[in-house]
Amino acid sequence: MLEPLERARFEECVLPHLDAAFNLARWILRDKSNAEDATQEAMLRAYRFFGNFRSGDARAWLLQIVRNCCYTSLQKNRPGEDLEELDEASAPSAGPSPEAFAMAIHDRERVTRALETLPAYFREIIVLRELEGCSYKEIAAITSRPIGTVMSVLSRARHQLRDALSEPQRKEAHRAV
Amino acid sequence: MPCEISGIQLQAYFDGELDAVAAAHFERHLESCPHCAAALASENALRRALGGAQLCERAPAALRQKVRSQLPATFPTPAMKSQVWRWAALAAGLLVAVLLGREIFGLLHAPSEATAFSAAVVDAHLRSLQPGHLTDVQSTDQHTVKPWFDGKIDFAPSVRDFANDGFPLLGGRLDVVAGKTTAVLVYGRRKHIVNVFVLHSPPNRIPADSGERQGYHWLSWQQDGLNYIAVSDVATSDFQDLRNLFLKE
Repeated sequence: MLEPLERARFEECVLPHLDAAFNLARWILRDKSNAEDATQEAMLRAYRFFGNFRSGDARAWLLQIVRNCCYTSLQKNRPGEDLEELDEASAPSAGPSPEAFAMAIHDRERVTRALETLPAYFREIIVLRELEGCSYKEIAAITSRPIGTVMSVLSRARHQLRDALSEPQRKEAHRAV
Repeated sequence: MPCEISGIQLQAYFDGELDAVAAAHFERHLESCPHCAAALASENALRRALGGAQLCERAPAALRQKVRSQLPATFPTPAMKSQVWRWAALAAGLLVAVLLGREIFGLLHAPSEATAFSAAVVDAHLRSLQPGHLTDVQSTDQHTVKPWFDGKIDFAPSVRDFANDGFPLLGGRLDVVAGKTTAVLVYGRRKHIVNVFVLHSPPNRIPADSGERQGYHWLSWQQDGLNYIAVSDVATSDFQDLRNLFLKE
């Protein structure tokens, strides 16, 4: 008896964020078919636990579940794969000039490759901020990190992405797939 | 850092996360600090590179289908066995009956023309997302899209490209919504598609302001005697931004 109402509410609150869910999974996993599996799994999990979701930001709630599914999948399929701790020691050097990567604009393939060379935690924060337009607070909720950490991870992710974009193609060729 | 502003602070300004006082303070600093100005330009260039590369990927239609078809089977009902839950279920059932009754009552008495119209607009939006249905004239150039409508409709919609404000014009098409020939302007918003339907119609047929249907939102407004209705799955705030861009001369 509860089912139709609950399902309608789920369709209204959560399903519209399917694209955002898939997009995040695609960039964390770097593989469309794995991303489909993870998204599907996440949607089912979200449906199962939908009773716990009262109100608030349905997108952030869903993306948190998607993210968990993705990291579970990463650990299962490629143990140890770019999930190293984000230590402060790996702070990047000074950034390149803006002109250096102005050429990358509209070059989808090149930006995709550059983004994919980043560690998963950096990829996800760039996707959440730049592609999904999430606020710091939303990113903090999705990634279960304090806002201060979000800011520092985002800063380093951008730095590394800028480096990857201004780097000549050779480094991209060495990327482990 | 050669100045007292930290990179994190600059980034927070760039991301619109500073409060008004801090932002004003930073802007004053920016006037006299070439280092921060360059750093900000660098952040902007990166954002443009990411935005221009169109990296967002929509969920494949097959996935959408799969997710929808699997939903009902997984709804949790294990706790229903206990006596307490039986009563809870009964109470909930009564509540649902009351709610459904109200819903049906409401539907019967709703101004059906406006409801039907909003349904027609959302349907037209969904249809446009099918492969090959989005645009008749595919161009990001407003000077190509606007003349394309000439001679096809008897009114002149406002056609402008808002790429610099995050709504790139993707093209236009003709559609028929609830029996009315409609000009449709197609905009991108991150990975989302926004259809802006423009038509000449008596105002009482057009649903007022905004609403939601099947997870898609719409927002309507009037401009130069024409009705504009934007439909998409973007956030409501994005809609308001787009309407403001339209209304801004």
